Amino acid sequence: MIKVDDLHKSFGDVKAVRGVSFDAPDGKITGLLGPNGAGKSTTLRVLYTVIQPDSGSASIDGHDVVSESLAARKRIGALPHGAGLYPQLTARENIAYYAKLCNLPGNEIDDRVASIVDLLEIGDFVDRRTKGFSQGQRTKVALARALVHDPGNVILDEPTNGLDVMATRSLRELILKLKESGRCVLFSSHIMQEVAALCDDIVIIAAGQVAIEDTADGIRERTGCDDLEDAFVHAIQRVGATE
Amino acid sequence: MKTFFTVYRKEVLDYFRDRRTLLSSLLIGPLFGPVLFAFVINLSIERSIGDASATLELPVIGAERADNLMRYLKSRRIDAVDGPPDLDAAMAAVESGEHDVVLRIPPDFAERLADGVPARVEVISDLANSAGERETRRVRNALRAYSGELATMRLTARGVSPQVMQPITVDEVDVSTPSGRSALLLGMLSYFFVFSLLMGGMNLAIDSTAGERERGSLEPLVSLPVNRETLMLGKIAATSSYMLLALSLSLLAFLVALGFMPLESVGMTPNFGPGTVLFALFLFLPFSLLGSAMMTLVASFTKSYKEAQSWVSMLLLAPTFPILIVSVLTLRPQFVFMFVPSLSQHLLLVDRIKNEPIDPLHVAVSFVTTLLLGIFLTGICARLYRREGLLG
Repeated sequence: MIKVDDLHKSFGDVKAVRGVSFDAPDGKITGLLGPNGAGKSTTLRVLYTVIQPDSGSASIDGHDVVSESLAARKRIGALPHGAGLYPQLTARENIAYYAKLCNLPGNEIDDRVASIVDLLEIGDFVDRRTKGFSQGQRTKVALARALVHDPGNVILDEPTNGLDVMATRSLRELILKLKESGRCVLFSSHIMQEVAALCDDIVIIAAGQVAIEDTADGIRERTGCDDLEDAFVHAIQRVGATE
Repeated sequence: MKTFFTVYRKEVLDYFRDRRTLLSSLLIGPLFGPVLFAFVINLSIERSIGDASATLELPVIGAERADNLMRYLKSRRIDAVDGPPDLDAAMAAVESGEHDVVLRIPPDFAERLADGVPARVEVISDLANSAGERETRRVRNALRAYSGELATMRLTARGVSPQVMQPITVDEVDVSTPSGRSALLLGMLSYFFVFSLLMGGMNLAIDSTAGERERGSLEPLVSLPVNRETLMLGKIAATSSYMLLALSLSLLAFLVALGFMPLESVGMTPNFGPGTVLFALFLFLPFSLLGSAMMTLVASFTKSYKEAQSWVSMLLLAPTFPILIVSVLTLRPQFVFMFVPSLSQHLLLVDRIKNEPIDPLHVAVSFVTTLLLGIFLTGICARLYRREGLLG
């Protein structure tokens, strides 16, 4: 369960996020949709506690990301945009490193890594060094790494970037599996079809603000557009008009 | 504590797997020094032994005007050969480097000698040419000795004791020990050690900070439920370990290399045995913490791997500054120098090599101040991971 309340964040003169609020409930997939530079990544980085908000608050399962950041981090698995692996370690070692850092008991680590390898179907290359992995392979290993401590909330920043059709499909199936297991999944994308196909709730962000937050059907209804892409453009233009 | 060791083990393993980088920092750094050193020392020893006994061929203008002098020079293994035709040609030949030194006997030499007035000879050399310095000195010494002999003969012929010419005799008593003389050459050793120590950890210091950020593995790492300060401490500890490993290799390489250098033949017996190796390891133990914290700190502030490399490489030179300043100003070792990292290690190590007594208090001050500074910088590094700017 992720709650975001009136978040503000500036980098110098650039106001990246200006009052973003939304809820992402457990057992559902929430999509953060918006054009490039809308403030999606900044919002997510506040959530996985890499940066601190200027004002406003956010919490993970009721733990504030600033004042209780360690407790909040225990409950999130984060896949930052362009997450890198350690090229000299095998995929299994990469995953096990995170398992150890998350303080999993030594005798459980092997089992835990094995089950996550099964879940993500990465057994074919898990014992190879990650140097030279394809983008799809890297994303899967980075995701496995993020999920190794079995977090209740999963934050994915543009996870399908650079993936081919097959890799995107299998990632989509995986995100559905995470939802079915009762997790809260929050992911960002600038690709409309992807969000429409997958998300229960959609939060459209433009220019650092929430343009609209609803289900796909709700958004179509409220904007009066049948096509989600038209609705997206409509919502963004509405934010632009109020400036 | 568990997190610390997890990070430490991962960084050690990660770096160990990267064979090419490992080779460059653990082999080339530590082994380059001893090999270069052995080469230079052997070359200079061979030269100094070879030169004194070799016959010097000296171009002379007007050799026929001074038969006696030529015979005298020959007895000192300086053979006169035909030189350039005149003074101008001689000067041109020396300037161009064709000859290192040319002797000219002016036409009135014999006449003035017979008259008992000072007879002139000209030694043409290039004082800026250090390669010819040795030959020039040999010629000049021979001429002075010849002049002295003539003077003695003249005084004797006039019934005056030659001792009149020598009111004072100077006896020099050299108290330097053979180990002390070697310290002149081996003084630069300590810099080789500092250099290989820093080289050993440089790439890891960069890789675990700037490299991690460039790779995009820093953000997922700090979003884990771990104490971020502990991550940094583990990385610094791994860097320090590789620095100590590189230093050990370098010390051992020198221990072996010194065995192949004919140092005794030039009167040098450096005190460089297994005891000194252990002493140096102990001295540089806190320096490895200081060095890795310093490099990690600098690398953390840079934006990319390349930028980090150029900045951190400059740190390789930093430890030489105090050593340089003290040796240029020829300051004598003092207690206050023990508070300066790198300088204190240098002075103590040189004393040990010279086989001079070492004040345990100096060692303690050097160890503690370097360690405290290292802990201080490590503390700053650990706090850095709280800054979000570092992650962007």
